[in-house]
Amino acid sequence: MTSHELQKQLNLTVFHQGDDRPVVTGYCCDLLSWVMGKAPADCAWVTVMNNNNVAAVAVLCDAACIILAQGAKPDANLQKRAELEGLNLYGSELDAYPLAIAMGQLLKEA
Amino acid sequence: MSETVKLNYTVDGDDFLAAGTASSDVKRVLRQLGFGSDIIRKVSIAMYEGEINMVIHADGGSVEVEILDDRIKVILADRGPGIPDVEKAMSEGFSTAPEEIRDLGFGAGMGLPNMKKYTDEFYLETEVGVGTTVTMVVYAA
Repeated sequence: MTSHELQKQLNLTVFHQGDDRPVVTGYCCDLLSWVMGKAPADCAWVTVMNNNNVAAVAVLCDAACIILAQGAKPDANLQKRAELEGLNLYGSELDAYPLAIAMGQLLKEA
Repeated sequence: MSETVKLNYTVDGDDFLAAGTASSDVKRVLRQLGFGSDIIRKVSIAMYEGEINMVIHADGGSVEVEILDDRIKVILADRGPGIPDVEKAMSEGFSTAPEEIRDLGFGAGMGLPNMKKYTDEFYLETEVGVGTTVTMVVYAA
């Protein structure tokens, strides 16, 4: 499963489409320091945080893509930095739980 | 590579949004120098936590990075308020970050513990009213 495939299969909104990267697992958390310490590399990271620091954290922990849950939209700084860093930044109306279930199913099938 | 590569950065205390630019830059340099992704991840996460700490607590500071073949050393120095109780500050979940920082997703009390967790050597010197210097080493070999 790659980030672009995941985006299509889950019908995620594209805020920015970066490089297509392998997605090996998912991770859900909003505390950025927690994410940095614990998120596995190449994960699809689900969060409702929408500020610029989200991009910095995604870069540092090598997340494959960011999925903003529950209709959260990136603020202008996050949007800009995602474009600058070439990140995959997506959105969904679903909250983290159903999103994780759907993602888990896809990753299992892949 | 036989010479030491040295990088110096100033962390601006007012600019919370710019925090992370120094660690992103170091990450890029380490990648260009051919270090493994695990090493790069450790250094950049530990350094980013340090940058965030300096912005939140110390009105900025400076970062010095020394890159050798077998190790990467990061020295974060500030002239902030110092840490009165280091043991407490080093425990997961303890934070003195203000509410507006928590709203941004930080202040979980994971900064210093993460820095220690991701580095092979970690030294913290602090004096109340004078400042704090953190020295971290990640082994690359």
